[in-house]
Amino acid sequence: MRSLLLLIGVFLATLSGILPSAADEVETRRLLVEVVLAEEAGEDERRDEAMALLEEQGEPVIGEMYEAWRVGRIVLHPVEGAEAPEVLMETNRVYANLLTGEEVVPTAALDKSRAGRKLRKVFKRMVDLLDLSSPDPAKRIQAAEKLGLSQNAEYLPDLKERLQKQNDPDVRDAFQEAVFISELANGSEEEQLAAVNGLGELKSYSSRDFIEKLMKEVEGGERTDKEQMTQAGQAALKKIDARQQMISRVNTLISGLSQGSVLLLVSYGLAITFGQMGVINMAHGEFIAIGGYTVYLVQKWFASSFGPDSVAFGWYFAAALPLAFIAAALVGVLLERGLIRFLYSRPLESLLATWGVSMVIQQLLRMKFGAANVSVSSPEWLSGSLQMAGLSLSFNRVFIIGFAVFVIVGTYLLMTRTNWGLHVRATMQNRRMASALGVPSSRVNMMTFAFGSGLAGLAGAFISQIGNVGPSVGQTYIVDSFMVVVVGGVGNLFGTAISAMGIGVLDQSLQPLFGPVMGKICVLFGIILFLQFRPGGIFPARSRSLDD
Amino acid sequence: MIRSLPIDNKTEATLLSVLVAFIVLFPLCNGVFAEGSALHVSAFSMGVWGKYLCYAVLAVSLNMLWGYTGLLCLGQNLFFGLGGYAFGMYLMMNLGGPEATETVLPNFMEQRGMTMIPDWFLAFQNPVLALLAALIIPGLVALVFGTLAFRSRIKGVYFSILTQALVYAAMLLFRRGETGFGGTNGFTNYQYIFGASINSESTARWLFIGSGVLLLLVYLLVAWMLKTKFGLVQQAIRDSENRVRFSGYSTTHFKAFVFTLSAMIAGAAGALFVPQAGIINPSEMLPAKGLDVVVWVAVGGRGTKMGPIIGAILVNLLKSYTTREFPEFWLLILGGLFVLVVLFMPDGIMGLWDRYKGLLFSRKSAEPVAA
Repeated sequence: MRSLLLLIGVFLATLSGILPSAADEVETRRLLVEVVLAEEAGEDERRDEAMALLEEQGEPVIGEMYEAWRVGRIVLHPVEGAEAPEVLMETNRVYANLLTGEEVVPTAALDKSRAGRKLRKVFKRMVDLLDLSSPDPAKRIQAAEKLGLSQNAEYLPDLKERLQKQNDPDVRDAFQEAVFISELANGSEEEQLAAVNGLGELKSYSSRDFIEKLMKEVEGGERTDKEQMTQAGQAALKKIDARQQMISRVNTLISGLSQGSVLLLVSYGLAITFGQMGVINMAHGEFIAIGGYTVYLVQKWFASSFGPDSVAFGWYFAAALPLAFIAAALVGVLLERGLIRFLYSRPLESLLATWGVSMVIQQLLRMKFGAANVSVSSPEWLSGSLQMAGLSLSFNRVFIIGFAVFVIVGTYLLMTRTNWGLHVRATMQNRRMASALGVPSSRVNMMTFAFGSGLAGLAGAFISQIGNVGPSVGQTYIVDSFMVVVVGGVGNLFGTAISAMGIGVLDQSLQPLFGPVMGKICVLFGIILFLQFRPGGIFPARSRSLDD
Repeated sequence: MIRSLPIDNKTEATLLSVLVAFIVLFPLCNGVFAEGSALHVSAFSMGVWGKYLCYAVLAVSLNMLWGYTGLLCLGQNLFFGLGGYAFGMYLMMNLGGPEATETVLPNFMEQRGMTMIPDWFLAFQNPVLALLAALIIPGLVALVFGTLAFRSRIKGVYFSILTQALVYAAMLLFRRGETGFGGTNGFTNYQYIFGASINSESTARWLFIGSGVLLLLVYLLVAWMLKTKFGLVQQAIRDSENRVRFSGYSTTHFKAFVFTLSAMIAGAAGALFVPQAGIINPSEMLPAKGLDVVVWVAVGGRGTKMGPIIGAILVNLLKSYTTREFPEFWLLILGGLFVLVVLFMPDGIMGLWDRYKGLLFSRKSAEPVAA
């Protein structure tokens, strides 16, 4: 009971912590009305007093009201019996009382209020500085950056003054950066030198152009500390560039890893059907398409039954993932039972037959869903991005990398820790021996093929989030994924993982150098050359048999 | 065993004479009978059948690899395309005709902002050089790729997948405008070939005859090779490569040679195909087209001399019929054909014929078919 009371107490305390902000708004509104009335009445003293008080407030309503006043949407509404008129703010022909924020239907003739030139100037400055004292740190950072980049000397004292008040290190850095950038243009020679040094320490990319500009001026002009300044400038530029290079490297690495993760999901299924079972499944790409279309259908169903703005719709992807797996796995079972089981001893023929199946599936998808790509929207929790030290990681990428790791670990456990995995490995090593020892090899084959196909379906679900889903989406991946499996070493799941990540990163790091198509061509030729030296891939399967 | 005539049995003799008769009579009907006559063959249908003959040559070249050496190449269309591009360059360099004093700048170069034709491109104005290039360039590519692949003992499925990657990479390369071969549009709008207008009826006739002669020559070459010791080694490699190697033959060199030869044949087919099709572009090098060639061979009968020719012509006839009548269903039919052939007729039409001809012609049961 006591703890409950305490909890309520804490809750109330928190609430009261929030409430002052509401009180602030009331006060701000009161002051705004005061300013308008004083301006209208021509009482400059009263107006300036209110303005001074307003400056202490960081309420967004100030900006809103300034904008309205500037374009003449602030009107005076005479009220019968009252001394002063009501001040109304018009938005799309709807009037709201500025004092209370409530909607008002005007009953008398309205009079437009106009602010004087001087007041407007003061007001604008206040609005510009408004976000600098916003309670939201992100807003403060943004405002500081904007003011710093403007290099307006007018704001420099304000920035400096507010810099001292910041406790959050990120916000502090942003303010410091803004001060330095502004000082580059407005400061004394000593200040400029200090600013250049400081910006170098902060590794501020946004200041790069300004520093370069200053360096040009220094070079052309006459000043006492010319040499020192030049050195400082070069050092700062170097530091900034080093940081920038690191960021771009990390970005390449991450986009490479996420592309590798897509490749991995696509080729893991193939590594199982091709590497473990020896079946060349050219229809593997179409399982990707099936996965993608499953997501599309689930999305459509969620949108029609819950509405596209509902909370439930945001979770459609979570529901679609297992369904994509199941749908692709079911088609996989059909394919295995109907066709592939007759071809286990003839890998080249399985290649031809599955290519035929792939064309049939493609055409069926085209007839059902149309030849154009369908669009699948990302749920909200996947579409944002994580900002970190100048890097932006989209959740999509992070999620897919995480999922790839999950698939690697999951498949490993499945293969090594379960009875089914034991059966799979036994069947793969020696199909006849395994069935002689009582392994139901026919069923194992079916399940293995279904699992491999299901993984392709999952890959399709992810591809729907980062690209388009069309009937021939699988075709873009089929050559790549065979390459991944061959490079990794056929039959070696770990090798597949390494080669998928390696090819993904290599592709992404070559792309900025050669462009996307040339980069891909280089990768393909690189793979062909690599196989000259390691024909068995990174981890060749060891066997004493001559024909393996 | 080794006989002078390259014909093994009556069936083959019949089929071959039908083919020869077709190649002789088709252009004859075009030339002799006037338009409107029941026996007249239009220039259009001669162009279509000329293309089929080129496809047949391509199929024979793949059969040489897959049927007789056991190497399934999924990128045979790369060599076809390379040969086509080489001859396409000749055609593009002769847009002005025999009387022109200056070489016309092709459209695709103009669009890329070029004002002069590069020297290496201009060299293709010479028809002999262009035809040689159509043979040598595919041959060189195959020689380099084959030697590298066979040296490191890449075989079976891995070889197939690598050839597919090769053709895919080449297609991406040719699609780029910067590569200098007209990008996605390729070469088209040809005007003159060997000084004659490309659209005239006699040109179509000569191209058809050329394709037919090439097909016959290639057929005879394959038939002759099979009878030689080389051909025997070739087939032995298909059946058991390790035994051949242990017998002291360098299978790497044998395979590289066959690969190169078949690439050159495919290149020649491509060179003859382009003036009849009127266009060459990177879509000719799509990985899917490479698999199409495999189907032709599989449908006709892999490892038979006539099979690939029959397969190429029949599948393409079927294609042009279905894409005209039921365009939606062509891929379904082609896909179904793949599955059907693999499951029920592993030796193709020729295999079916061999299996069932006994039932037709004599009461004795047919000899057991070798696996």
